[in-house]
Amino acid sequence: MTDVIKTTVTLNVNGRPIEVKPGELLIEACEQAGDYIPRFCYHPRMEPVGMCRMCLVEVDGPRGATLQPACYIHVTDGMNVTTNSEKVKKAQDGVLEFLLANHPLDCPVCDKGGECPLQDQTLTHGSGETRFIEEKRHFVKPIEIGKLVLLDRERCIQCARCTRFSDEVAGDTEIAFSGRGDLIEVAPSPTKPFDSVFSGNTVQICPVGALTAKPYRFSARPWDLEQVESTCTTCAVGCRVAVQSSGNRLTRILGVDSDPVNHGWLCDKGRFSLDSIDGNEESRDLLSAATRISQPLLRENGVLKEVTWDEALEAAASILRNAAQSSDGVGAVGGASLTNEGAFAWERLVRGVLGSEHLDAQFGDGLDPVVLQALPKATIDEAAAAKTIVTLTGDLREELPVLFLRLRENIVRQNSALIEFGFGPSALRSLARVSLAIRPGEAHLAARALCDGSDAPKGAIFTNEELEEARQHIGDSGEGVVFVVGRANLAEDSSVLEEAIRRFAERYPNATFLVALRRANVMGALDMGLAPRLRPGRGVDVAASGRDTLDQLAALRDGEQKALLVLGGCLIGNVADAPAARAALEKADVIAVTGHGGATLAYASVVLPAAVQHERRGTVTNIEGRVSAVTPKIVAPGSAWPDVAIAAELAELLGQSIGLTSVEQAAKAIEETTGYPALSVMNDELHDGVVVGRADASSLRHALDPMAFPGIRSTEAVGIASYTGSTTTVLAHSSGVTKGASLSDLTSSPEIEVGIADAYSLTLYASRRLYDRGIAMQGSPALQPLIPSSALALHHVDLDRLGVESGTVVKVTGARGSILLPVVLDEHVARGSAGIFVGTLNSSGENPLDVLFDPEHLISQVRLETR
Amino acid sequence: MATLDAPRIVSSRAEFEDSYTLARYLETGGYEGLRKTLTMFPEAVAAEVDAASLLGRGGAGFPAGRKWSMLRKSPVSYLVVNGDESEPATFKDHFLVERDPHQLVEGVIIAAYALQVAQAFIYIRGEFALGLERVQQAVNDAYAHGALGSKIFDSDFSLDIVVHPGAGAYICGEETALIEGLEGKRGFPRIKPPFFPAVTGLYGEPTVVNNVETMSNLPWIITNGGAAFAALGVGKSTGTRLFALAGRVKNPGVYEVEMVKNTFRDIIYDPRLGGGITDDRALKAFIPGGVSAPWFGPDMLDLALGQDEVGAQGSMLGSGSIVVLDETSCPVRAAWRITKFFSRESCGQCTPCREGSGWIERAMYRLEHGGGREEDLALVLDLCDNIAPGLGWPPQQTTICVLGSSIPSSVHSAIQMFRDDFIAHVELGRCPHD
Ligand SMILES: Cc1cc2nc3c(=O)[nH]c(=O)nc-3n(C[C@H](O)[C@H](O)[C@H](O)COP(=O)(O)O)c2cc1C
Ligand code: SF4
Ligand code: SF4
Ligand code: SF4
Ligand code: FES
Repeated sequence: MTDVIKTTVTLNVNGRPIEVKPGELLIEACEQAGDYIPRFCYHPRMEPVGMCRMCLVEVDGPRGATLQPACYIHVTDGMNVTTNSEKVKKAQDGVLEFLLANHPLDCPVCDKGGECPLQDQTLTHGSGETRFIEEKRHFVKPIEIGKLVLLDRERCIQCARCTRFSDEVAGDTEIAFSGRGDLIEVAPSPTKPFDSVFSGNTVQICPVGALTAKPYRFSARPWDLEQVESTCTTCAVGCRVAVQSSGNRLTRILGVDSDPVNHGWLCDKGRFSLDSIDGNEESRDLLSAATRISQPLLRENGVLKEVTWDEALEAAASILRNAAQSSDGVGAVGGASLTNEGAFAWERLVRGVLGSEHLDAQFGDGLDPVVLQALPKATIDEAAAAKTIVTLTGDLREELPVLFLRLRENIVRQNSALIEFGFGPSALRSLARVSLAIRPGEAHLAARALCDGSDAPKGAIFTNEELEEARQHIGDSGEGVVFVVGRANLAEDSSVLEEAIRRFAERYPNATFLVALRRANVMGALDMGLAPRLRPGRGVDVAASGRDTLDQLAALRDGEQKALLVLGGCLIGNVADAPAARAALEKADVIAVTGHGGATLAYASVVLPAAVQHERRGTVTNIEGRVSAVTPKIVAPGSAWPDVAIAAELAELLGQSIGLTSVEQAAKAIEETTGYPALSVMNDELHDGVVVGRADASSLRHALDPMAFPGIRSTEAVGIASYTGSTTTVLAHSSGVTKGASLSDLTSSPEIEVGIADAYSLTLYASRRLYDRGIAMQGSPALQPLIPSSALALHHVDLDRLGVESGTVVKVTGARGSILLPVVLDEHVARGSAGIFVGTLNSSGENPLDVLFDPEHLISQVRLETR
Repeated sequence: MATLDAPRIVSSRAEFEDSYTLARYLETGGYEGLRKTLTMFPEAVAAEVDAASLLGRGGAGFPAGRKWSMLRKSPVSYLVVNGDESEPATFKDHFLVERDPHQLVEGVIIAAYALQVAQAFIYIRGEFALGLERVQQAVNDAYAHGALGSKIFDSDFSLDIVVHPGAGAYICGEETALIEGLEGKRGFPRIKPPFFPAVTGLYGEPTVVNNVETMSNLPWIITNGGAAFAALGVGKSTGTRLFALAGRVKNPGVYEVEMVKNTFRDIIYDPRLGGGITDDRALKAFIPGGVSAPWFGPDMLDLALGQDEVGAQGSMLGSGSIVVLDETSCPVRAAWRITKFFSRESCGQCTPCREGSGWIERAMYRLEHGGGREEDLALVLDLCDNIAPGLGWPPQQTTICVLGSSIPSSVHSAIQMFRDDFIAHVELGRCPHD
């Protein structure tokens, strides 16, 4: 017997038959039929709760027609629904009147005024007068529930959007309802402040002005704001954003609901770091990220002075000309903060004009670019929907926050199996089916054991049973399995991870990979060829050889390379071995192309000011290879230029042309010469970007409900008009890959020997935190206070062994000396290892990694002494 | 005169000082029902309860046997006993948990056997300190006596009971809020459908929720047979029922009387029961079934104490509480106090319940204490209509649970029956009864 699976159900709405997918919520079904049902608590990205009762409609049932919440009822075949009866209208009007009863008359001074779902629905549905003559409910006006969020309880309509977001989407339990009746209130946990890195989302989805963001509060009125849609380039997830400004001042960033990427969510760093773009006007210190570079600078008599573009470009050209005389005399590092067009232009300058293969968009904290390009790739959607997810990477909540949300959602909702390899903290740990605890320097051994079917290696801290369980979930060929791999530890040589990845890829041919590279547009820069052996259009020339960042620093130190172009981003602030980088830059002629100050400028001879995010047009590529547009909202300060222009002018001065005169033209050239999507993406507002080489992963940008996404201007303008309900339009990029790398290109490297840690030492891991000392944090007055200071995280067994308690300051000795750090207990830390966060300083302003990093070995070891 | 020849089914041990001890319980036939149960097929036990036509005593009056038969088949299921009783003037379960905890425990074991569940919970209002202590002691004693735990009385049946204290919220008596509470969450009622406990209850598993009094009837029913129980009472309302009589009566207290054979007049006036109105004043009105029930006037005194009988007149026996107002009682104040209770106890999820109860409470406060306007009566009734459209009986719902739709009952009754009292308040600018 065969079951007939119904693909649609038919229901009657106001006497009209409509056909929808089975299982659809009634509120959505009615909307598709053109019947918009008013709502407050319902949010399309969260489970319905049916609390506000605004969406009551009549549904026929065994006891006649009863009022039911349309947001909570799933459609069934033959369902009879009335949305326009007197009874429905009276019930809905009643709910609205009840909501307004205790609502304060704050609209003129409320941030939400002008874009408020409550205000809007009152205007369309409410009666003009109030019958409420009682004293309204009073609470102390706004209370600080977290470092970035304020709560005005008088304005709250108890829709539970904020609490649901925290609990259901982010997995935080820091805010919840307390109290009863009309004194019910959203309250922060008494023991844990609302310091979630996702706190801003609650502000965005609050349907009233109850939750406000400290950085935006009172800074603008919605009707004065102008908006563009763009892509966040604070990390490599590439969340879609609405960027709003008042005049030439950025005022707010909101999350746009992009189906394949961010579902409307953002992290607080992406959302609130916009004030770092203005920079601090007071700040003159060129070594500080808070200083915006708006004029070309030239070093004269040891000091950087403002000069004209002509002078600066001429000086830069002469440095490059001189250095390029000796073969291998010049190279470039950086590029992750560029657009694809900027990266393409610099690639043409460095390879084409200067003839150098020494260029690298990763700062030594990434992966072998050929390995990276050769791996079969998964999209975020595919990773999120995988039956099994294997992670060998840092804490995704800290490194790629919205990727964490996407993975978490699916692990929770679809019960996918998560297998974690790791030694440090992970916000996904509690959801993992199997957690294989490894120590730094052991990833390749664990991978070997997994792939070979052998026992856990000697001395391992995971068990054979755990290993076997992991194998069960991965299956024989890795079908339906996505590996999320990234550098969890900057104090460990990348070869350890690379060997582990190679083994996974060879053993599980049907598995796919999502590479957790973290920095902004690093994928785009690599796809544009900004790494040795890579070529624009995700091409590879395996025969070529060039220096990566660490090799260039060594060559500069040895005098083999003379000049260095630093393309955006602070080199010193980003490499694991900053002392070595400083020593190298001492000896080099450095040209910095940047929009922000930073430690690297101490070594720069010439500084060329570049436009940064939200000031420039172009495309970027996220971790999954999705190319999407970035759109300028404000004009760059002073005389900063787009990178394409800087590279083109330099080329002219060097007597050659890179053939690019504008961003558009660069985008056109990328697409024409390599097939890599660029110009077509810039001109396309209908899709959520295009995944390189994956015509199947294209998705239409869908219309946004202004009730669910208040404040976003383009909710109706984009999408709705052209939305036809189908996703059949697919852009023409079938490949976009010039000459792809394949796994067979990889020469397997010799077995690596990490060396055994001695019994008195702990192995160091240095992991990334979202709130680090990068430009987005340090340059942002709003976020800067959230940067934590350094500590050393240990497992309780090691704390006990040392006889110290959490909080005790200990002397930590590593390869280059000693540093004082407080220890903290962290059960996630693997026994025998000790963790620090990259980009934090201790109370004396020292960076622990500078002292503890061991450049001579594949791993770094530290010893602890109590004082 | 009341008809009091029926056996006392749930309050038979009330006379004994030590009614709550295992020794007394065993001396008076305790755990015999359970021993008999263990010799029967579970289906036969359920059939006996079905034959008894035992109506749930928690408020809604749903037949226990029918509820049990609706339990979704599943390898895991639970029995949850509702002893949260937090309604003003309702205190019959309070009586049972303090005075006859073993009878409750035996009832729970019998029900668990019929349902074949291995884990039961008895959820008792946190403020019932003595009741909690006695039920816990009874559970401990039952374990020691072999009536609980693994292989009860050497049969193949095993059961564990956990006694769980409530945390001070009336809404936790609503069965789905109670389940949330047992799961360690905030007591927010769940939406039915889909969260009918018998389908998706505690920890997502099928769950039967029954009231303390419902459970306490089971030992007698099994010992004496469902037919004997059904022979008491008339029609659908079988057996006896405990009533908590309160307000302006000479002898307030808990009384067990046979259903339908007695009337409200019997329970209020019979000298062996309520004994008449305090100081022999005239009766003004009475609330027949707890604060959620619409009120009755003296014309309803001869109405029989039966579920359908009361239902047909537009109210209910509800939680088993009867409250008497006499000629000196202020109906405005009574309705205001009840609304205030609902307003404080609304869990706060649904807008109509949360905001409606607060608004009506404030308007009623003004009407009672001065500042009331005549138009407030229409306003209040319209607000009631926005909570329970049509103001009919049983009420229609705009809210998740029926606490919301219960808010209008008292206010609506008071305005309908005593409009003159309201007008007197408005004209005087204060309560004339002060
Ligand atoms: C607001 C509210 C409070 C309730 N409180 C109680 C209670 O305290 N005790 C109780 O047994 N049932 C209470 N109920 C009824 C329960 O939801 C449920 O119907 C009952 O426990 C079922 O038991 P029964 O079938 O044995 O009557 C309450 C219902 C509501 C809506
Ligand atoms: S604070 Fe805002 S989002 Fe949270 S419950 Fe109140 S109204 Fe809803
Ligand atoms: S997750 Fe990354 S892309 Fe998304 S908002 Fe945060 S920083 Fe921006
Ligand atoms: S009706 Fe009232 S008590 Fe019941 S769920 Fe709604 S708000 Fe809570
Ligand atoms: S109850 Fe449906 S939108 Fe709130």
